[in-house]
Amino acid sequence: MAAFKETKLPADAPAAQKALGWVDDRFPLSKLWNDQWGKYYAPKNFNFWYIFGSLAMLVLVLQIVTGIFLTMHYKPDANLAFNSVEYIMREVPWGWLVRYMHSTGASAFFIIVYLHMTRGLLYGSYRKPRELIWLFGFAIFLCLMAEAFFGYLLPWGQMSYWGAQVIVNLFGAIPLIGPDLSLWIRGDYVVSDATLNRFFAFHVIAIPLVLLGLVAAHLIALHEVGSSNPDGIEVKENLGPDGHPVDSIPSHPYYTVHDLFGVSIFLLIFSAVVFFAPEMGGYFLEYNNFLPGDSLKTPLHIAPTWYFTPFYSVLRATTADFMYVLMVAVAAYVAFIWLKSRLSFKVKAAIAIGALIAIVGMLPSVLDAKFWGVVFFGGSVVILAFLPWLDHSPVKSIRYRPDWHKYVYAVFGLSFLTLGYLGTQAPTDAKTIVSQVCTLLYFSFFLLMPWWSAMGKFKQVPDRVTFHPH
Amino acid sequence: MNFAKKLIAILALVPGLALASEGGHPLDRAPDRSTNMAALQNGAKLFVNYCLNCHAAVSMRYNRLKDLGLTEDQIKANLLFAGDKVGDLMTTTLAAKDAKVWFGVVPPDLSVIARAKAGPGGSGADYLYTYLRTFYKDDTRPTGWNNLVLPNVAMPHVLWDLQGVNVAKIAEEKDPHDASKSVHKFVGFEQVQKGAMTKLEFDTAVADLVGYMEWMAEPAAQTRKQLGVWVLLFLTAFALLAWRLNASYWKEVK
Repeated sequence: MAAFKETKLPADAPAAQKALGWVDDRFPLSKLWNDQWGKYYAPKNFNFWYIFGSLAMLVLVLQIVTGIFLTMHYKPDANLAFNSVEYIMREVPWGWLVRYMHSTGASAFFIIVYLHMTRGLLYGSYRKPRELIWLFGFAIFLCLMAEAFFGYLLPWGQMSYWGAQVIVNLFGAIPLIGPDLSLWIRGDYVVSDATLNRFFAFHVIAIPLVLLGLVAAHLIALHEVGSSNPDGIEVKENLGPDGHPVDSIPSHPYYTVHDLFGVSIFLLIFSAVVFFAPEMGGYFLEYNNFLPGDSLKTPLHIAPTWYFTPFYSVLRATTADFMYVLMVAVAAYVAFIWLKSRLSFKVKAAIAIGALIAIVGMLPSVLDAKFWGVVFFGGSVVILAFLPWLDHSPVKSIRYRPDWHKYVYAVFGLSFLTLGYLGTQAPTDAKTIVSQVCTLLYFSFFLLMPWWSAMGKFKQVPDRVTFHPH
Repeated sequence: MNFAKKLIAILALVPGLALASEGGHPLDRAPDRSTNMAALQNGAKLFVNYCLNCHAAVSMRYNRLKDLGLTEDQIKANLLFAGDKVGDLMTTTLAAKDAKVWFGVVPPDLSVIARAKAGPGGSGADYLYTYLRTFYKDDTRPTGWNNLVLPNVAMPHVLWDLQGVNVAKIAEEKDPHDASKSVHKFVGFEQVQKGAMTKLEFDTAVADLVGYMEWMAEPAAQTRKQLGVWVLLFLTAFALLAWRLNASYWKEVK
């Protein structure tokens, strides 16, 4: 460590420059700005898909700011919560706007994050050396789901109440500790005032703290290794005389103005919803949630908010009949690994033993379908974290993959959307079968990825990024 | 192969099944009253006179009715119960305990009922508009009334003196799905006692009442839409500027 040295500026230097110099000697303010944004060199060939990171940041700030104002007027009390939300909608100046921004923001956050993840999937953004960025992002997604789940109880409407009841009850499916665990989470035998208070604590402080830390880690990791791009080329392998990648440009001002334009378009869409369709046809604000939560009146049809429905569909698809299909699927997958993978004998044996235990566990007399539903529900989320290690494609970007890979992605995307749609609907026999097929497709996409992602004729990846000057 | 065929057959059925699951009495479209102040004021009067005796609207303050073009004095003179102040909330004097004994349930709070009753069949206003007009005499019910939209509802027909008394003509029809069973099918109403209003007058009055309830469910709705136009205009201008600013910077990137 060098000794402290005050930067000497000429006496007639502007006051702002002197002040910045004084701060920079004591805190790396300019360095932080330049490393993280100002002189952060990003590939110049970003397309539409690369706007969603900035937008997610914007919505995070919106949610925190509107959330602070809502907290000033909201009452986390089972007897007061429902009416305090209406109080915000009527009596608090601009309360309706703040509340609609927050409720629309929650859905917007998920739309943006799903699109952000789709980008990662299309262009292989999670591939080496960006595995940790993906894992931090995955943890952010988990936090976001927790944040949305805890927050959804707070208006204390019928959907809030019964949605929480259903999800907390899922923990009851865990053998031995399940019932006590769900009791412990609720703090009562039913969702009650105790539950509301602890969910409030998680929603306004615990989860946001973790979320902010993870967002910082996500960005630090990104700016450490540098951004990927739609061509999946490492721009740092081609440096110019100034030591910066030739295919990159400083984020400021180029991506500042670029993102500003993206933000303006996003805000147009966002405001159209906030001002003209805040309920969004019952998807952003569910109609049933305008009835106060009542522990004695179970709604006929309980569905989680739209952003959870793909995973919720996986849970509902896991019926007792479907367990036999799943047992066959697990056995077939193990056989496939034995025949096709280059894993060591020990690993293969361990997989076979694990699968055997799972298949025995799937027998109706051992563990019921509800437990496995919860396992697959969780598994359908967690499997996303393994993407960097499941994808064995020699190229990162979909642009240079065999054309038929695009159909694989399309089938996966359609399955995910179908699961999402079915999760909002009351189950029927036909819909259950469709959701079961989609569940199998969803998991096959990931579990077979080590093989299909390496198959086919890959196109030549260029040395330089594809960029058409504006 | 067989499984695939079955699957295709099932997939082909999906849109039909989605429609078939829709049940209940079809809802009439409620006339739009959102900008008709005279109609909303009439609706407020009907609401206070007919609904507020048993139901409350605890999120609603009487003086918010000023938004409908009423003065505080008009509210005090025409819409307040004795002893209430103009800044009070629309509570009800009916005790929850009594209500439970008389009706079997506590009448729900009506502050946001017009938003709660929306669904795939129509808006909350459509629901209320149809519900309030489809009460009929049914001596098998404790109140003597039944309803087409909400069968076996605990609420009596409070507007009967306006609408008159209807009986429902129900026909027995063969169940199309099961020939051994029959289903009740509503054919139409028959008026057995005249009310103070003609059918047209009554429909208009209920439309006013429902219009008021819709307004009450979100008093800021009109402000929201008016402000929204300005916000979108501003953002459009901002987006145009941002677009050109972006283009002028990126022009130099080769």
